[in-house]
Amino acid sequence: METFAALAHGMAVAMQPMNLLYALIGVFLGTVVGVLPGIGPALTVALLLPVTYKLDPGGSLIMFAGIYYGGMYGGSTTAILINTPGESASMATALEGNKMAKAGRGGPALATSAIGSFVAGTIATIGLAFLAPWLVDFAVRFGPEDYFALMCVAFVTVSATFGDSPIRGLTSLFIGLILGLIGIDKLTGQPRLAFGIPELLDGVEVTTLAVGLFAVGEALYVASRRHHTEEKLEPIRGSLWMTRQDWQRSWKPWLRGTLFGFPIGALPAGGAEIPTFLSYSTEKRLTKYPEEFGKGAIEGVAGPEAANNASAAGTLVPLLTLGLPTSATAAMMLAGFQQYGLNPGPLLFAERPDLVWGLIASLFIANVMLLVLNLPLVGLWVKLLAIPQPWLYAGILVFACMGTIAAKPSVVELSMLAGFGVMGFLMRRFDFPIAPVVIGLILGPIAESQLRRALAISLGDPMVLLQSPMSATLLGIALIALLAPFVMKGLGRFKANED
Amino acid sequence: MTLDSASSDSAPARRRVDAAGVVIALVLAALAAVLVWDSRQLQTTTMYGMGPEVMPVVIAIGLGLLAIGNLIDALRGNLPARESADPKAVLLILAGLALLIAIIGLGGGFILATSALFVTTSRAFGRRAILVDTAIALVMTTLIYLAFDRLLTLSLPAGPLERLL
Repeated sequence: METFAALAHGMAVAMQPMNLLYALIGVFLGTVVGVLPGIGPALTVALLLPVTYKLDPGGSLIMFAGIYYGGMYGGSTTAILINTPGESASMATALEGNKMAKAGRGGPALATSAIGSFVAGTIATIGLAFLAPWLVDFAVRFGPEDYFALMCVAFVTVSATFGDSPIRGLTSLFIGLILGLIGIDKLTGQPRLAFGIPELLDGVEVTTLAVGLFAVGEALYVASRRHHTEEKLEPIRGSLWMTRQDWQRSWKPWLRGTLFGFPIGALPAGGAEIPTFLSYSTEKRLTKYPEEFGKGAIEGVAGPEAANNASAAGTLVPLLTLGLPTSATAAMMLAGFQQYGLNPGPLLFAERPDLVWGLIASLFIANVMLLVLNLPLVGLWVKLLAIPQPWLYAGILVFACMGTIAAKPSVVELSMLAGFGVMGFLMRRFDFPIAPVVIGLILGPIAESQLRRALAISLGDPMVLLQSPMSATLLGIALIALLAPFVMKGLGRFKANED
Repeated sequence: MTLDSASSDSAPARRRVDAAGVVIALVLAALAAVLVWDSRQLQTTTMYGMGPEVMPVVIAIGLGLLAIGNLIDALRGNLPARESADPKAVLLILAGLALLIAIIGLGGGFILATSALFVTTSRAFGRRAILVDTAIALVMTTLIYLAFDRLLTLSLPAGPLERLL
């Protein structure tokens, strides 16, 4: 089997002592930052991107894998212990997990989430390893028009199809697309939307946008409504370990959660919310203890956590094989690749197999490290959660600005960071989704250049988009996905129903 | 504008015109206009296919449609309910960011700039012990500066304080 050989080679890369150390640092930093309330995995990756500037691509991507999984694990710890999910994918976890913590069963809740994440992450990474080469074989035959159509599908599904309001989702996406236009046009060298400001000629930095929207925006938002919410940290009482009954009630939800998470994450269908809520409602229906749901049922933590982790590994399938990010976190990973001039996609598998397979192998290693590191260190994470809010957010802002200052210490860049912060604040206040902006910025220019390449090859004939069967099918799917939420009002209410 | 006042008078209180929503729609429309204006400055040089001026116009058209959609939502009062916000806290943090930018721009260095941001933010979150926070901020940012300078060999902007180290 080709995959086994490739994976074994990747393992050999990932097991080098230096790379093991990078993975360990990544997992540790990712958890430390991810555990802070209000910081989701996407922001964790964005904040820690500057730390990896000086490393070689291989080492830094391996550190990234650790940061990614660490950030996700940290997020669920916060959800369980103080009921502030850093992202919507941890909302289901917060629902039951926080109730368990209140009932003095925080330890088992954290344990089932850690072990569930491990099980799901491992199975989903195996899925990734076997699905990726197959998809790469398929993707090498893609023409530029097919790529363009595929990106249209991703644009629509991440912004319109599954959100609360397709209008607001698409508005977010278009703001991202505008930001993507800023700078010198790569094909003709003409500046667009630069308004004579030299700093804008290079375009908008993805990290500046993400840190501004997520970190500065979140700090402004939390400060503005400080008088509304009282965060309460639940101390961990009683045993940390799961009882025999906890194990019996957890293993099936782990596997079912994985089955929901991986395929939905691998399709460009917009994030981990849907599989986590599907898993939650399934467990609620199948459980032998329905009376416990809403009061802290362990199945309600085990299933969604597994689904969340499996879908995170799933989003790496389109990211690595097609260069298509379908979540804000995946967009940040793509930015991490681009910082070394690497473009994920079929070519990367052919040209740098050591890098890609080393990364996939590191996902296994990061998973094991998380399991070994996190349960014993849970006391440390709880201490981090106890940092007083003023210092916490002041520290987050200093950290956020530090990244920008280190990368580009210019007044224009910092003003952009502050401007994106205000934008993030307003978007939260008026309920516009944030992730589509990041995806629009990073994917918009790629989609445009694919479209222009396709039209240049066809000598300007736009029918090329419909003549390729692949591209025609994908554009049809995009159109259906765009119209579906307007036709069926029920789809967007999916999230509201579960609350 | 007549439409605006008429519907707010007749509609029930819950479904009033959302003024902020109308402003958002107007901003989006203005952005679309800027896109079209900017694309007019570009030269069409490509013989085949599409030049750099096409995509901005396509996006502007989409944005124009979305502005209309947002306007309809705002006029119908369809926006999600908002809680009251504390403008003082937001302005304090923004003042902190402005201070940071000014200090960096004027060559005041990393430590002073980020310390100013730290103190204003923690004040915005309700801390009153400004002297204590200033001390914490100075120590923390000095440590960060040293870590970046010595360990990662990434240079952060230096001012009077950094030159003393």
